Amino acid sequence: MSPVLADLEVGQLIGERTVELDRRALVRYAGASGDLNPIHWNERVAAEVGLPGVIAHGMLTMGTAVGLVGDWAGDPGKVVDYGVRFTRPVPVPDPGVATVEISGVIGAIDAEQATVRIDLTVTCDGTRVLGKAQALVRP
Amino acid sequence: MGINLEYAGRSYPATAPYTVGREHLRDFASAVGAEHLVHHDVDAARSLGYPDVIAPPTFAVVIAQRAEAQLVEDPEAGIDFSRVVHADERFTHHRPIHAGDQLSTVLHVDGIVERAGLAMVTTRCEISAADGAPVSTVRSTLAVRGEGA
Repeated sequence: MSPVLADLEVGQLIGERTVELDRRALVRYAGASGDLNPIHWNERVAAEVGLPGVIAHGMLTMGTAVGLVGDWAGDPGKVVDYGVRFTRPVPVPDPGVATVEISGVIGAIDAEQATVRIDLTVTCDGTRVLGKAQALVRP
Repeated sequence: MGINLEYAGRSYPATAPYTVGREHLRDFASAVGAEHLVHHDVDAARSLGYPDVIAPPTFAVVIAQRAEAQLVEDPEAGIDFSRVVHADERFTHHRPIHAGDQLSTVLHVDGIVERAGLAMVTTRCEISAADGAPVSTVRSTLAVRGEGA
């Protein structure tokens, strides 16, 4: 079921989800994406470049967050634009997980273009890790 | 060696076609937790009007980063990857990417701005289909810390 433009209101919550990322998830994303930067799987290299430890790929956080929007739209192919700023790294401990909280609200509705802007809030340990995370949906 | 400001404004020839594989789309979707059937099940994708399974919204980064390598891995550009932080990323999709697509990419260096010991390198990848139709635009900014910063 796709959302109907006329039924939507600015400020409305489209959904929330919690995702746990462990080192396995990082290795899996590295392989699937071809981004083999060792700061996402090698503690020594991460420390050498001044990071607190191994961090998640920003693109993994970005890619994971937009699933909420695609599922809400009923078809992820309706996400016509999606941009973020990477404001804070997501450290992924070993052993353990990084817990990423994702929520989305309707930020704007453009009746003429028939698009809805979803503003995403993505946090880890209460800190926003993505800035200006906005997805444009054409229902 | 610092970053080469003369690379701003540069455009590269189109890359050789990249063939989008169905299993690769499934693997990428699973890696970002995208469980929607349109990424995994051909019949589900066809019922939504697509010729085959489609890519999640950020899959285009896989294609874009191959094109961006022309800049990032060019020693003359002076981008020290150990000093790079990904600052922002944006995808504009003219249509979803689907399995079987043969995509070529033209890389543009839209800007290189230096301030306070930080160089911001903004690139734009224009991804198009075999028939020349635009598919996706991928904008990316890398922040490169200068020596001693």
